[in-house]
Amino acid sequence: MEREEIKSIVESLLFVADGPQPLQRFAEILDPVDKRILHEVLSELQDELESQHRGIRLVEVAGGYQLRTAKANADWVKKFLGGRPARMSKATLETLAIIAYRQPITKAEVEAIRGVDVDGVLTTLLERSLIRAVGRKDVPGRPFLYGTTVEFLQLFNLKDLSHLPTLKEMEEISLPEIPGDTISIDQLEEN
Amino acid sequence: MDLLLHLIKKNEVSITDIPIATITEQYLATLEIMQTLNLDVAGEFLVMAATLIHIKSRMLLPAGADEEEEDEGVDPRDELVRRLLEYQRYKDAAAELEQREVLTRDVFVRAPAPVEEAGPREFREVSVFELLGALKRVIDRLPKDVAHEVTLEKVTVREKMTLLLDTLHSKGRVLFEALFDEVKSRLEVVVTFLAMLELVKVRAIRIFQDEMAGPIVIEAAAGMDEAADQVVLEDAEDSHHGA
Repeated sequence: MEREEIKSIVESLLFVADGPQPLQRFAEILDPVDKRILHEVLSELQDELESQHRGIRLVEVAGGYQLRTAKANADWVKKFLGGRPARMSKATLETLAIIAYRQPITKAEVEAIRGVDVDGVLTTLLERSLIRAVGRKDVPGRPFLYGTTVEFLQLFNLKDLSHLPTLKEMEEISLPEIPGDTISIDQLEEN
Repeated sequence: MDLLLHLIKKNEVSITDIPIATITEQYLATLEIMQTLNLDVAGEFLVMAATLIHIKSRMLLPAGADEEEEDEGVDPRDELVRRLLEYQRYKDAAAELEQREVLTRDVFVRAPAPVEEAGPREFREVSVFELLGALKRVIDRLPKDVAHEVTLEKVTVREKMTLLLDTLHSKGRVLFEALFDEVKSRLEVVVTFLAMLELVKVRAIRIFQDEMAGPIVIEAAAGMDEAADQVVLEDAEDSHHGA
C-alpha cells in the first residue's frame, strides 16, 4: 500500500471513530501495515492539520488518537452547538485534582486534605464518570478507593496519567495574593 | 481549610508565621456571619475553629509548661501550616488542570453517529420499594423449614458480588429473580441482595424495569466494567490471602 493511501485510510477511520483510538486498533484494521509506519502517518497528519491551521486537530489523548476541533474556534463551535457545557465548581475541580494525583484514595483521605465533607462532590464526579471505585482499602470498614477514568483524561486532554502537570514541591508553594483592598495585620491591630 | 487560606491571604500574612490570635478571631467572626445568614455551618468548620483555639492556647503557654507535649521546640502551628500548604498544592494543581484544553469548553469532538439498529428498549429505573417488594417475594418463595437447623454458612457479600459480576460478564444482563434461583437460605438471600446493592453503589451495575410491576432486570453499567473487574481482582487477591 502506498503511504499516501494509508494516510488517507487512517484519516477516514479517525473521522468515524467514536472516542480516542489506540495505535493498536489501526494496526489491526490495516494489517499487515507496520505499526511504525502507522505511527509516522499519524504524526504527519497531526503536523499537517497543525501547520495548515485547520479547524480540526489530531490529538493524542487517553491512550489513543482523536480528532478534535481547534481551540481557536471554540466560541463558534459553542454557538453552533448551543447549550451550556457543564461547568465544574471549584470544589469539584479541587477534589478531582486530589484524586487524580493521589489515586487510589479513599473519601476520608480526600476529606483530610480538603478539610470539608466531599460526599456531594464525589457523587457528582461518579455521575460524570470522571472517577470510579477501583478497589477497597484494607483498613477497618474497607472503604472504597477511588481513581480517575478515561473520561477524566479526555476531559483534560491528557495522554495518560503520567502527563498530569507536575505537582509543585512543598517549598515552591506560595499563596497568591487576593487582588483588591486588603488590610494588613498591622492596620488590624491598630484598630 | 478554604476559609482559613482565604483569611491568611486576605491579611497578607506569611503562612509560616500565622498570627494565630487575629486569624482565629476572624475565623470565628466569619462563622458567626454564616450563622446569622442561616447558612449551615458544617461540623468541619467547628473542628477547624477548635483546632485554631487549641493552637492559640498552646502558644500562650510558656515553652515546656505543657508536660505531655515532649516536643518542646516545636511550633504548635507547624501541623496546620503543613496541611495548609498541602491543600494549596492541590488548589494549584486544580487551577493548572483548568487551564488545559478542556473538552466541551475549548475543544470538541464529533457527536457519535446515531446507531442504525433499534437501541435497547426504554427502561425505567426501579424504586427502592419495588426492590424491597421483589426481595420479599424471593424470601416468601423459600421453603419453609419447620425444623430449625443451625449451620454455619460461609457466604460473604464480596463472594456474591464476584458471582454476580461473573454472571453479568457472560450474559450481559440477568433477571432479579434469577439471582436467587440457586439460593436456599434466608441469609444467602440477604447477602445476595446486599451484594447487588453494593454494586449499584459503585455504579458497576444498573437495575431496570420494563414496566410497572414488570420483571426487574440487572445489567452491567456501561463504562464500569473496569471498575467491576477491579473489585473482582481485589476479591481474588483477598481470598487468596485468606486461603
